[in-house]
Amino acid sequence: MSSDVISGIAHVLRRIGGAVTGSISRLGFASRFLVAIVWHSPQAFRRIHLTVHEIYFAGVLSLVIILMSGLFVGMVLSLQGYETLKRYGADEQLGILVALSLVRELGPVMAGLLFASRAGSAITAEIGLMKTTEQLAAMEMMAVDPLARVIAPRFWGGVISMPLLAALFSAFGIFGGYLVGVPLIGIDAGAFWGQMQAGVDVWPDVTNGIIKSLVFGVAVSLIAVFEGYDAKPTAEGVSIATTRTVVMSSLAILALDFVMTVFMFRGGGGL
Amino acid sequence: MSAAANPRSPAALTETCHLDPDAAAIELTDVSFAYDRRPVLRGITMTVPRGKVVAIMGGSGCGKTTILRLIGGQLRPQSGKVLVAGQSVPDLDAAALYALRRKFGMLFQFGALFTDMSVFENIAFPMREHTELPEELIRDLVLMKLHAVGLRGAAKLMPSELSGGMARRVALARAIALDPMLVMYDEPFAGLDPISLGVVGQLIRQLNDALGTTSVVVTHDVYESLKIVDYLYFVSEGKIVAQGTPNVVRASTDPFVRQFVEGESDGPVPFHYPAQPYRREIFADVQ
Repeated sequence: MSSDVISGIAHVLRRIGGAVTGSISRLGFASRFLVAIVWHSPQAFRRIHLTVHEIYFAGVLSLVIILMSGLFVGMVLSLQGYETLKRYGADEQLGILVALSLVRELGPVMAGLLFASRAGSAITAEIGLMKTTEQLAAMEMMAVDPLARVIAPRFWGGVISMPLLAALFSAFGIFGGYLVGVPLIGIDAGAFWGQMQAGVDVWPDVTNGIIKSLVFGVAVSLIAVFEGYDAKPTAEGVSIATTRTVVMSSLAILALDFVMTVFMFRGGGGL
Repeated sequence: MSAAANPRSPAALTETCHLDPDAAAIELTDVSFAYDRRPVLRGITMTVPRGKVVAIMGGSGCGKTTILRLIGGQLRPQSGKVLVAGQSVPDLDAAALYALRRKFGMLFQFGALFTDMSVFENIAFPMREHTELPEELIRDLVLMKLHAVGLRGAAKLMPSELSGGMARRVALARAIALDPMLVMYDEPFAGLDPISLGVVGQLIRQLNDALGTTSVVVTHDVYESLKIVDYLYFVSEGKIVAQGTPNVVRASTDPFVRQFVEGESDGPVPFHYPAQPYRREIFADVQ
């Protein structure tokens, strides 16, 4: 009886241990993959049109969803913010509230989440399908390294697009906030823009937002290309990889956001 | 590579590997390979002479494709020697392996065309990657390759617009884009209608002779292979069980070859996957 209990506990421990070592080795594999991408990047940049095409694919084609979401988030932020600020008689501060929330936090995070589900999943599915249909193997047999030809351009396309998308998200969010705050609610336009101008600094507010969006860009792009490259070459494997990209990217964005926020606004003396 | 090995090799290719012009195109000596602990090949020895079309035949999952992957350096054998044009493939570093692969063409089972490129761009791909040829010359070369497989009119189509047989021919044109010294075909006949099948078979033979290359055809289509190849190896359970020229194979009384050529369901290759005795399994819960 007791030996059954012990073997049961041992079984559970083995399962936990296996899961932990499995995740750690995967993380190590992904890190080596990142090094390999960087190593092959000069080769990829020699054909810059490949990266430009990926910027178009990941960035330009994501514009509609990013801009629309930015506009609506800004409008909602303005409505909700006004409700709260009015209680303290600080409704003229609406501009600064909208701008800071977007530039510091919502712009990078929301754009990152949208980017992961719009572009990240597409990148994973594309690379996974290329692997399933032996296109990557065919490339290797033609003495063309898929890391330089397929992976690196997609990675850099994502890394370059992400900060630009986050900036546009924030810009449209502020515009949405203005639309609701000034013409609809009736806050003075001079107060709205003037407070914003006085209260938002390039450093730390804007720069930190850009740093965040850049980090999210690296994280999402790496997860997307890695999951695609590592996908099992079956229909089920590609579907699992695509789902993993969205889930892992979203978690990574939120976790990294917390860590960076702690460093930026506490250590940086912002609070 | 020496000029003797392939007189039509584009001059723009970088000459970084030194191949022995007198060596057989491919020599496998006592090669064994296992995925994890599952043995796939057990002591394969075979020779592919230059300029010949050689078929490797066997049932599905017998290790045929693994042989191609070993030749192409995508896998390394656990034991034995893999020589391609006198070079030991498993011992090459990445740069030398890529240099060797530039002299290979490979047709994958379902073509493996790049789905985001047109037919023209698919065939231009190896030229653009490995040569500095001007655009006009690439255009002419691509059209010549497409003409050789009868699909010059399909240059502007996307792979999704091609039938299975056409896609296979485009992939064939891409495999020979750089006039390789060795072309490997992985199941070139799988899933083709009888007409396409005959066309692809004839193309393999004609292109081999016209370009002076060596061809390795991995297939289970025995009738089509007997028409076009110079020599056949039969692989079963990771071993070579029979070999010979098409005439020898047709006349062979070897039970494996007979089963394969006649397409019988039972014989040396058993119909049943290994299992415990039927009676014991059926009555297991009764006892």
